[in-house]
Amino acid sequence: MSTIQNDTGAPQNPLLASQAPQSVSDYLRGSLRRIRGGDIGALPIIIGLIIIAIIFQSANSNYLTPRNLVNLIVQMAAVTSIAYGVVFILILGEIDLSVSFVSAVGGVGMALLLQPPPTWPAWIQAVPWFVAIPLALLLVTIIGFVQGKIITYFQLPAFVVTLAGFLVWSGVVLIMVGGAGTVIIQDKTVLGIANSFLPPILGWIVGAIFVAAVAATQILEMRTRQSKGLSTRPLPIILGQVVGLAIVIGIAVYISNLDRGVPFVGVLILIMLGILDYVATRTRFGRYVYAVGGNKEAARRAGINVERIRVFVFMLASFMAGVGGIVLASRLRSVATNTGGGDLLLNSIAAAVIGGTSLFGGRGKVSSAVLGALIIASVDSGMGLLPNVSAGAKFVVTGLVLLVAVVVDAISRRSQQQSGIR
Amino acid sequence: MWGHPLGAFPHLYYKFANFFGEDGLQEKPLLEIKGVSKSFGAVEALSKVDFRANVGEVMALVGDNGAGKSTLIKGIAGIYPFDSGEIYFDGKRVNLHSPRESAHLGIEVVYQDLALADNLDVVANMFLGRERVGSFFAMDELSMEKACIETLSSLSVTTLRSVRTPVAGLSGGQRQAIAVAKAVMWNSKLVILDEPTAALGVAQTRQVLDLVRRLADRGLAVVLISHNLHDVFEVADRITVLRLGRNVGELVAKDTTQELVVHAITAGKMKTVPGMKETEV
Repeated sequence: MSTIQNDTGAPQNPLLASQAPQSVSDYLRGSLRRIRGGDIGALPIIIGLIIIAIIFQSANSNYLTPRNLVNLIVQMAAVTSIAYGVVFILILGEIDLSVSFVSAVGGVGMALLLQPPPTWPAWIQAVPWFVAIPLALLLVTIIGFVQGKIITYFQLPAFVVTLAGFLVWSGVVLIMVGGAGTVIIQDKTVLGIANSFLPPILGWIVGAIFVAAVAATQILEMRTRQSKGLSTRPLPIILGQVVGLAIVIGIAVYISNLDRGVPFVGVLILIMLGILDYVATRTRFGRYVYAVGGNKEAARRAGINVERIRVFVFMLASFMAGVGGIVLASRLRSVATNTGGGDLLLNSIAAAVIGGTSLFGGRGKVSSAVLGALIIASVDSGMGLLPNVSAGAKFVVTGLVLLVAVVVDAISRRSQQQSGIR
Repeated sequence: MWGHPLGAFPHLYYKFANFFGEDGLQEKPLLEIKGVSKSFGAVEALSKVDFRANVGEVMALVGDNGAGKSTLIKGIAGIYPFDSGEIYFDGKRVNLHSPRESAHLGIEVVYQDLALADNLDVVANMFLGRERVGSFFAMDELSMEKACIETLSSLSVTTLRSVRTPVAGLSGGQRQAIAVAKAVMWNSKLVILDEPTAALGVAQTRQVLDLVRRLADRGLAVVLISHNLHDVFEVADRITVLRLGRNVGELVAKDTTQELVVHAITAGKMKTVPGMKETEV
């Protein structure tokens, strides 16, 4: 995308002159220069995944099996969904500590709407899933709205307000679940969210549609850019990336089909990724989220309603947490008094950060939620396969991975500043 | 009548006197401010100040700290509306009660801290808050990128490699150029630059001053606030000197010297400081 500006004998319109199509070697040289300069993108995560795979596979040959891969996708789904929201919060330069218990409120709310406990007044009737799920999501979105309003109206740090939310909603979950301790979910559709798998043919079709959609948007964009005389990435590079994606998706579908098939939640995660990435990178709202995270004052002077953007993002984070809570409830086939507790919050935030979203605001991608959750789930599942490994060791390793990710991010940012990436 | 503001310096007298004409410069006042005052509580920040900015000219606004430069431009920008006085824009009497009204007239201010979002690229910064939106809520990146390139090219900003570079990676001069281009992009007629060269090195200062000159040559009215008189004399056509909230004179740059301007900024001994109109030639 960046081309070297030729100063000598440049025509009158130098920036326009640099918009000629790039050759493949130019592009590769530019990429190499960016990587050397510290703009490493998803490279460390991919290397990390390979290292994790080698280590655990050599320790236990059951690690890289179709069954484990499918389990991995199902296990990471809830954390990924919550982490999607956390990514937006982090880009904004804020933090939301309440997402785990807000997700629990969503899951528990849905479960109770499906089968109201006998202690509730009689006029509350059981509702079908297509009413229970939207109502639960509405509930958590309102929670996000209230928390966001409190933060912006009273100008309080999000850390404190959402910490209060963390306590309040954990208490609310306890009260909602009540004495029984567990609410079993019986609704077939809700259980199907995390426990159903696509038939092999359908898996292939969905994979093909996904790759085709990515290829179509890439090539269409290139065509339009060319027709307007703007610089484009060379066609062979775009084709190479599409083929690479096709191979990765193809392998994933093939391996999944060797076991139970592609999990429905896997498709759900990809759909959410597509929508949220579109929102973050293509819409005004997404641009404003980045702008507020990068320089709040600049955003304000540009006429952006900063407070409204912040409230929206807290609503979005709570909504995505609610989706995660429902997925989790579906996977566990129940909700309990300890739903939303444990390491759910830390894993959700860690997933966004490990995936490369900065804690300092302004930088990050929606896809980092998937990559980070994949790393965490890989470590988790690998540790589970090792003999004689305590839960404590799991936390230690996950913590160290988080630390490595943050250090890599810091180093990359420093070298980017030094090389003044253009 | 009134004591002349330069009463103590009769040798400067004629320099300040060739006001309104006789100086060989064209006069098309775009912005004319007559007798504006502004108080913050008991502090009178501006007292019956006259000020103007002509089409195609760079008007420098100089003065010591606390002279009222910032208050004057914030009044013009509509951030702190004036308490009293008359404002004419393009010959019409106008009110500047909010930044929106100023922006609507075509007045853009480039503040010292530039207000760029470092994490966004050049295109995103130039269009921040005014993005073009196409179908499906998507921003029309292509037309924005194109307009951005055209604006930068028309201002001969040549040192940028790509308009898709995050602003964080740009030099101080390039950032200043982006901020100026952003202000120019919106069909603005009057551009006010607050200390644009304050933090820049020699080469970058050169670039920015060239850019300032080009703005005026394009037919915009430019107001340049600066502490650096060397810069001022390099690009300005006229110089307005403020002191203690009063306009102590408007000078034609080519007819005056740095020493005279320094005198005007610092020298005391004035019994009263009326607007220049009340002086006798």
